[in-house]
Amino acid sequence: MIRIYTFSALLISYFVYSLAVYTRGTDETAPGPLPGKPEVTLGKKIYQEKNCSSCHQLYGLGGYLGPELTTAFSDPGRGELYLRVFLQNGGPRMPKFDFTEKEINSIIRYLEYIDHSAITYRKK
Amino acid sequence: MIVSPAQLPVPDRYSTDNKSRSYLMLSLCYLLLGLLLGTLGAFQYLLPDLLKNKISFQQARPLHVYLVISWIFTAAQGGLYYYLPRVAGRELRWKQGITVQLLLQLCTSILIIVSFFDGQFGGREYFEFPPWLGLGIALSWLPLLINFFLTLRPDYKTAPVYIWSWSTGLVFFMITLSESYLWIFDYFNGNIVRDMTVQWKAMGSMVGSWNMLVYGTGMYIMERISGDKGPCRSRTGYFFYFLGLTNLMFNWGHHTYIIPAAPWVRTVSYLISMTELLILGKIIWQWKSTLKEARKNYHHIAYRLLVFADAWIFLNLVLAILISVPALNYYTHGTHITVAHAMGTTIGINTMLLMASVFFILKTENEEGMGSGRKTIHAGILISNAALAVFWGSLVASGILKISSSLNKESFSYTMTKSIPFFKLFTYSGAAITAGLLLLVFKALWLLYPEPEPLPPAD
Repeated sequence: MIRIYTFSALLISYFVYSLAVYTRGTDETAPGPLPGKPEVTLGKKIYQEKNCSSCHQLYGLGGYLGPELTTAFSDPGRGELYLRVFLQNGGPRMPKFDFTEKEINSIIRYLEYIDHSAITYRKK
Repeated sequence: MIVSPAQLPVPDRYSTDNKSRSYLMLSLCYLLLGLLLGTLGAFQYLLPDLLKNKISFQQARPLHVYLVISWIFTAAQGGLYYYLPRVAGRELRWKQGITVQLLLQLCTSILIIVSFFDGQFGGREYFEFPPWLGLGIALSWLPLLINFFLTLRPDYKTAPVYIWSWSTGLVFFMITLSESYLWIFDYFNGNIVRDMTVQWKAMGSMVGSWNMLVYGTGMYIMERISGDKGPCRSRTGYFFYFLGLTNLMFNWGHHTYIIPAAPWVRTVSYLISMTELLILGKIIWQWKSTLKEARKNYHHIAYRLLVFADAWIFLNLVLAILISVPALNYYTHGTHITVAHAMGTTIGINTMLLMASVFFILKTENEEGMGSGRKTIHAGILISNAALAVFWGSLVASGILKISSSLNKESFSYTMTKSIPFFKLFTYSGAAITAGLLLLVFKALWLLYPEPEPLPPAD
């Protein structure tokens, strides 16, 4: 019987903990002004639909063939222009996607939004 | 005298055995395709233009990931369909359930593969296919859930550890699969911190759920080989099951140290991940007796695979504990060290345990055929494990090199150029893993194919 009680206690803890993570554990922490939401949402949608995560990582999620993009927007060696060039032309390993100007702007705004949130990451 | 089903003699054959074998064949086909696409993806690291216009890396990687994940859970499911009647001492409650599941899964897989080839994505890391196909995966699991609980009708007061483990795996797969699609709601999708944290949480626990299915299978086989029912009913057995369950529920957070979630999320994860030291301690404590047992049963192919899985559990546990230490995780995260951990777990532990299950079933079903293929099988086991050791080492080395480059603030392209020797090593050793595992896959498919003798007519 003790096993059934232990399991039930762990299961209840799991659900309570999950709720805590969904709410107080993950409140928005991005500081400063954020880019416009519709553009960010569109950028995120394109990022998923083109499966950018197969080569690039955001917060460690994604592949390793291309560079990590969490702080690419504010990185002194990369920045907006660098991102724009690759999005327009592709690269030795990156396909040329023929994005429209609007799509490129949206992806960049999405990466800017990610960059804003990366408080802990930037220390790296 | 009342005789419980468990006390009845276990018949050799059940009417659903052939369907279980078909299920195992499907799982081996997933592995076959997954290995080939994984090898292609590895070669594309060295030769970026290789098949770029036919199967780009952007397609090869999600295909490889989907197919190998499918191998893991389909082989676990096929094994369960075979073991369930034997554990329960009766036929499956819903025999047509296997066919329904097989068809649902095949249709979903075909749609997913076509969508990848067609360049239609839209999902998330590990499940990059369009999100509505996730529903197909969820539906395809239902027949097994129904069959498991209705056939076994488990009495958890006395159930052995492997029944707890299987039950947990099945239920938590459904919970975590649903959780992994929470991103479709704006509440999650609109907040990057919440979105990333919940995604890592769902995927981390989902891996735990299929580990429960696989470990349950490993424990069941071990009990059948040794004939000793003690370990799966011992206090230590249950203790480690509950430790595993706690880790499944709360030990996903070491992936999220770099996400700016609340600090207590990281603290809980760190504390839970350190409980893995107990598992490590147990392995070291039992090392001598494990070796003694291994020598005794080494001739048994399934046992040999279990021994290799044990060695990989030890290595991966050491790595997992190291990368769970925040000060180290800070540097290792986002490097190939994380990939080494994933590959060691999926190939070294999960694949070896599931192969043990496949060959255990084959030995039960077709001992004569197994005897004639022993040399091929042994060669496959040795090649795949030796190659995996090189592969694992080269990934760790490549990760260390990336850490050193990042500390020296070197550019991404320069780091990639410096990493080429390690990329070569992991590509070639990866191809050798494929070669070794293909020996096992082809042999198993060959042995699974022949129809067994039909059941004798009832008197």
